[in-house]
Amino acid sequence: MSDRAVAVVRAGALTTVQDLGRTGYAHLGVPRSGALDPAAGRLVNRLVGNAEGAAVLETTVSGCALRPRCAVTVAVGGAPCPVRVDGRPAAWGTTVRVGAGSLLEVGAAVRGLRSYVAFGGGIAVAPVLGSRSADLLSGLGPAPLAEGTVLPLGADTGVRVPVDAPPWPGPAAELVLRVRLGPRDDWFTAGALRTFATRAYRVSAASNRIGLRLEGPALERARPGELPSEGMVLGAVQVPPDGHPVVFLADHPTTGGYPVVAVVREADLGAAAQAVPGTPVRFVPVR
Amino acid sequence: MRVLRAGDRALLVELEGGGATEAFHAELLRRRAAGALPAVREIVPAARTVLLDGVDDPGRLAAELAGWEPAPLHARVGEAVEVPVRYDGPDLPEVAALWGVSVEAAVRIHTAAEFRVAFCGFAPGFGYLTGLGERYEVPRRATPRTAVPAGSVALAGPYTGVYPRSSPGGWQLIGTTDVVLWDAGRDPAALLAPGTRVRFTAGGGR
Repeated sequence: MSDRAVAVVRAGALTTVQDLGRTGYAHLGVPRSGALDPAAGRLVNRLVGNAEGAAVLETTVSGCALRPRCAVTVAVGGAPCPVRVDGRPAAWGTTVRVGAGSLLEVGAAVRGLRSYVAFGGGIAVAPVLGSRSADLLSGLGPAPLAEGTVLPLGADTGVRVPVDAPPWPGPAAELVLRVRLGPRDDWFTAGALRTFATRAYRVSAASNRIGLRLEGPALERARPGELPSEGMVLGAVQVPPDGHPVVFLADHPTTGGYPVVAVVREADLGAAAQAVPGTPVRFVPVR
Repeated sequence: MRVLRAGDRALLVELEGGGATEAFHAELLRRRAAGALPAVREIVPAARTVLLDGVDDPGRLAAELAGWEPAPLHARVGEAVEVPVRYDGPDLPEVAALWGVSVEAAVRIHTAAEFRVAFCGFAPGFGYLTGLGERYEVPRRATPRTAVPAGSVALAGPYTGVYPRSSPGGWQLIGTTDVVLWDAGRDPAALLAPGTRVRFTAGGGR
């Protein structure tokens, strides 16, 4: 079998194709999308010798199982998880050679939520608007994996560069998100801003690729009414009328009508995407 | 004009009203086309704001923006996109009643207006079109529909929109078009981008 493709044996809870996202189309209502933990996506690509923007798989909680139709070099990273090839334990966080027709099992995340699987040559589904990412808000890009899905792979350059990467320790017990206040912090009372900057929130189980939903003290508005819809950035902390903040992740809508109290630093969003429900969250305003 | 920071890499520019926002957005596009704007990854106009995202030095750009005097909008710049419509929407009689005119007159009002895409959002290719006078504003439906068919031409507030695909929606449906609003495989994917001029014509055939 010389067919450069991989077949899905077990799709897991939610496994999608992701790269670094679809930029430049927000004015048409197209979300950015892309790997929620982009550092992990970049690292597994580097491990197998791909460009950092090659398409990888992003699993959610329960991993997935795949059967390549050709011999491939694979790397599994992001959320630590058991990796098996034909039932035998294989390494997480480094390259693994998988023979044609062998079964690659990416197990459930031991810590964190989302593991990333890179294949030498990358996943070669047709790009849509310059990206292979599955955008779950607007439905652009490839559908989430299903049992029997066959994904084409690109040509492997065969070039493996040494990668000096310390193993990821997994998510911290507490998620600390550095934020810059605004643009609509003036929509909230002084007490609400104090609450936001000092009290602990918890990651809600209702979180998804669109947003990290938080439980905790509600933020009280200083003024009534609604904001006319305005452009939203990645990491925006939007506060709906119930007062519970939502941190916008990669599949967030490009515009929204609820006030944004603050914006999380992009560098902290990968950790946000790996925080399991119940994880305590603190917002730390910085300049 | 008020320039607000939105995180480390973005500015949210707030303007006096819809017209000023469209004029400021047009000025941004003119300057970008002329190579007179620093690199900006996304320029996202909305009702009263324009978001500039992916800016290397937002502080510097903010200072620069303060000195701008955007030229007023030229209504007739660029070719208008024509959208043929069958004015058969279930809410057309109600819209006509809200306007205090007959259904035929409501169609004449909508086809006589010159529209402009103020901004997009809600779904890829969904444009918020301005151009009807203030007295033709209509409320959203009290209960949104769970499925509005693709190609529905609809009104809400000061805006006209066309649903690029079937989705839930609370706008008042006045007609249907066969024009394809969004095709990710087409270049350009969106028929209606911010700044595009639009005319609706009656008798969309089939």
